Amino acid sequence: MMTTLAQAINTALHDAMEADDRMLVFGEDVAELGGVFRVTDKLHERFGERVFNTPLAESGILGTAIGLAMYGYRPVVEMQFDGFSYPALEQFISHLAKMRNRSRGRIRLPVTVRIPYGGGIGAVEHHSESPETYWAHTAGLKVVSPATVADGYAMTRAAVESDDPIVVLEPKRRYWMKDDVELPLTTEPIHQAVVRRAGEDVTVVAYGPMVKTAMEAADAAEEEGWSLEVIDLRSLSPIDTDTLVESVEKTGRMIVVHEAAQTLGMGSEIAARVQERAFWHLEAPVLRATGFDTPYPPAMLEEFWLPSVDRILDRVEQSLSY
Amino acid sequence: MAPDEPTDDAPSSSPDPNTFLPPDEPVHLLDPDGTYHEHPDYPLDLDDDQLRELYRLMAVTRKVDREAINLQRQGQLGVYASLLGQEAAQVGGAYALDDGDWVFPSYREMGVAVTRGVDTGKLLHLFRGTWLSDHDPYEQQFALYSIPIGTQALHATGFAMGAGFDDNPIVTFAYFGDGATSEGDPHEAMNFAGVYDAPVVFFVQNNQWAISVPLSAQTAAPTLAHKAVGYGFPGVVCDGNDVLATYAVSRQAVARARAGHGPTLIEALTYRMEAHTTSDDPTRYRTREEEEEAAATDPIVRYRNFLKARDLWSEEFSDQVDEAAAAEATRMREEIYEAPHGDPLEVFEHVYVDPTGHFEGQRELLAAELAAGEESA
Repeated sequence: MMTTLAQAINTALHDAMEADDRMLVFGEDVAELGGVFRVTDKLHERFGERVFNTPLAESGILGTAIGLAMYGYRPVVEMQFDGFSYPALEQFISHLAKMRNRSRGRIRLPVTVRIPYGGGIGAVEHHSESPETYWAHTAGLKVVSPATVADGYAMTRAAVESDDPIVVLEPKRRYWMKDDVELPLTTEPIHQAVVRRAGEDVTVVAYGPMVKTAMEAADAAEEEGWSLEVIDLRSLSPIDTDTLVESVEKTGRMIVVHEAAQTLGMGSEIAARVQERAFWHLEAPVLRATGFDTPYPPAMLEEFWLPSVDRILDRVEQSLSY
Repeated sequence: MAPDEPTDDAPSSSPDPNTFLPPDEPVHLLDPDGTYHEHPDYPLDLDDDQLRELYRLMAVTRKVDREAINLQRQGQLGVYASLLGQEAAQVGGAYALDDGDWVFPSYREMGVAVTRGVDTGKLLHLFRGTWLSDHDPYEQQFALYSIPIGTQALHATGFAMGAGFDDNPIVTFAYFGDGATSEGDPHEAMNFAGVYDAPVVFFVQNNQWAISVPLSAQTAAPTLAHKAVGYGFPGVVCDGNDVLATYAVSRQAVARARAGHGPTLIEALTYRMEAHTTSDDPTRYRTREEEEEAAATDPIVRYRNFLKARDLWSEEFSDQVDEAAAAEATRMREEIYEAPHGDPLEVFEHVYVDPTGHFEGQRELLAAELAAGEESA
């Protein structure tokens, strides 16, 4: 059945709530409205008080989720937008990530935090950010981002089942992307990277919204006679280094693509790991096609700022020139 | 929210059920000299054994607190935050809780720990640095010490929301200080608690000082308890150095929460007689005169006078208390004194339930460094 990413996540939340009566869904506007992107559409209607609106306070949402998890619930909370998740940083870093460690394993926090993230929808400022490294840099959290409709379902189910706190970054510009899928379904294990397209010349690593762009770049590269291998990273913490290394051992070249600013982005970590593990296989330095080291631009300029097929192909050409 | 009906038209020390405003005068049952006054809203519901027990808990608390300072001075603890002077606030409040109720402490709650029966030696591992905690929170319903100011208030509220959803008649206590009321999290916690009618009691120990900043620089509110009005539940101020008052107002707040009527904000007026922590130097920001004046309001001296006047004091009882306090202090000292460093590899143990894919080679790296260190030693 033709299904959008948003619908797949919605169905996953529905099925997870059916499967576990201790699961709660809460956040701003998630009940009657179904969330500003309708990802929680009709869940309140179906599950009543287990799906509820909160006061407009992100630290409050995450902090009470921690208390509810300590009590024995399995909270799935929504931060309405990437740029509005920052008030919750202290609860993220000082408590959600650390409570199990601080308690010597006695406290378990099976909390899922869903965040619509990234740009490309012409939004007003603070609605298009890519804060993934804040979470990925924080020990104690797990971070994933689904890039396909099937993963929207399967990774959401897996995230809810995680007994560790996990951040799910939902690529908001792909919410309306459609695919023909039969739900329920399962996909590869949640923390495993997946080769979306096999190729010989250059490995392109992307996640979330940039997987589609990378796939388009691979199509365009064919016309140039370049064979790109596209890896969907899927999990930002932990990183499946083995799959990356295996690919670069074959191609000898790697481009990392993300919307987030370049400096200290996921590309930095991936480049470091790949050169540590596959130095003698590399024919060229690992290159990056990313957003710039500036604040996210106004909507009318975002198409020039975001990594595009052309920016990826330029890096591919540069890589091949070594 | 179902406010209690007003009992009469006379001036009352209970929060006004219509406005939630705190009383004009802090609730107190004992004068500074220990003289007891009956209070129309807070009848004394404790028998003689319980009245003595309150004293024993305060005395044990003071003893272990002093012992912890000694341990720090002897280099056994990196730092310690004393509660000297706040014994009545901590013991009275916590004594109002039942088994099964939960406590969410800050980092200065040794008196609450003593009252809940938490192993005080285990709490000190945080300050010694052997680990970040070492008691089981689920055993005495005593959450981890929380150092980021006021953040634990949200956990107490979330926990209480869960209990409320399940119609589980437990109550949570969120402890924080006067400084924490300036932070965002206690505000969000109280707002959520009001919205969801959560069975949580916010217990503020107003010890007048947030490290070096006095209350007057922290807020322009008439009292901290006034803030409850903005959240739609009652605020009450009590004499925090009067253990009967802190017990009585807490007992009433707990009963209210347990009955499904929602939260209460309690402000216990007390004084931090010691430095903020063993690393602090209060001579830089407050006067000796102020400290001496505060020492005169010692909650334990006051309560001893009350017990004597009530004929509940004897040399024998006094000796028993001293013995119990010494025994607990010894037990604590034995737990922590020269407690060995833990296993360095434990840093990888508890981060995740399922660490698959994390720490790539880092555990092995540390293991190799440790092995090399042993070889060269």
